[in-house]
Amino acid sequence: MNAPEPLFSPDALDLALIRATQGGLPLVPQPYHALAEVVGATADEVMARLARMQQAGIIRRIGAVPNHYALGYKANGMTVWDVADSEVDRLGEIVGQLPFVSHCYRRPRRLPLWPYNLFAMVHAKSREEVEAMAAEIAALLGYACKGRDILYSSRILKKTGLRIGG
Amino acid sequence: MELDAIDRAIINRLQGGFPVCERPYAQAAQSLGMSEQALIARIGKLVEGGVLSRFGPLFNADRLGGSAVLAAMAVPEEQYEAITEIVNAQREIAHNYRREHELNMWFVGSAEQVENVEAAFARIEKLTGHPVYRFPKQREFFVELKLTV
Repeated sequence: MNAPEPLFSPDALDLALIRATQGGLPLVPQPYHALAEVVGATADEVMARLARMQQAGIIRRIGAVPNHYALGYKANGMTVWDVADSEVDRLGEIVGQLPFVSHCYRRPRRLPLWPYNLFAMVHAKSREEVEAMAAEIAALLGYACKGRDILYSSRILKKTGLRIGG
Repeated sequence: MELDAIDRAIINRLQGGFPVCERPYAQAAQSLGMSEQALIARIGKLVEGGVLSRFGPLFNADRLGGSAVLAAMAVPEEQYEAITEIVNAQREIAHNYRREHELNMWFVGSAEQVENVEAAFARIEKLTGHPVYRFPKQREFFVELKLTV
């Protein structure tokens, strides 16, 4: 998980499958057979490709992709932390394990405007809940953390799906 | 949309692990104690009702060699709408959120080539006259999100 994984080079069939499934799987009893017709392959090929992409980490998982907002998780808070450089990798791993953290990254500081190098996105139903989660993260970080903030999203200005493969 | 116990079970237990096999809905339905047709119909309703953004594979664009970079701007209030339009007009900008901070506009540039993301950011700087602060990920920490409803 620490070493950068080798990039997967999708071929034309992989790309066709990515395009065909970005919006979801067909809701029919044999979705992989239906996909096979769309991309011009056999169902066995389609299944083998999907399994391979899962193994390669290109597909994180297959299943229900919840809409946080619709489910009442309206208080998404981007918690940001100024963590000692010598500790940030170790502590980032620990923060990422928290069940309410959906993304956790180390990013560069942009001083003096932005002193934070650890980003952890948390999802909750209220700001009070977000703050309680941030307090939990703060406790984990302890003295290694010199500053923190929580940025709430107050408006979605644009949201489009990923455009993979063209 | 009101969720009943079956909807909740689908959301809580099918966020991953959907099988790749001949009759995947039938297999998943069995573990949920329902019929294949019922599961397909429920998922359709959850997607239609907006509770699920979709049902299918969740891709990791980074692993494909594509590139997604987070960036932010400090936008003066009186220019906020105009700059939103400029930023959103760039096809490389996938998400854009207003956030409460001096850096009050946060967006993700996404393209197959990192140069295209950089070019979009440079265009935004030129068109708006404001700096775009880049926050490329230096390291991604493993997360296992399971949303429960």
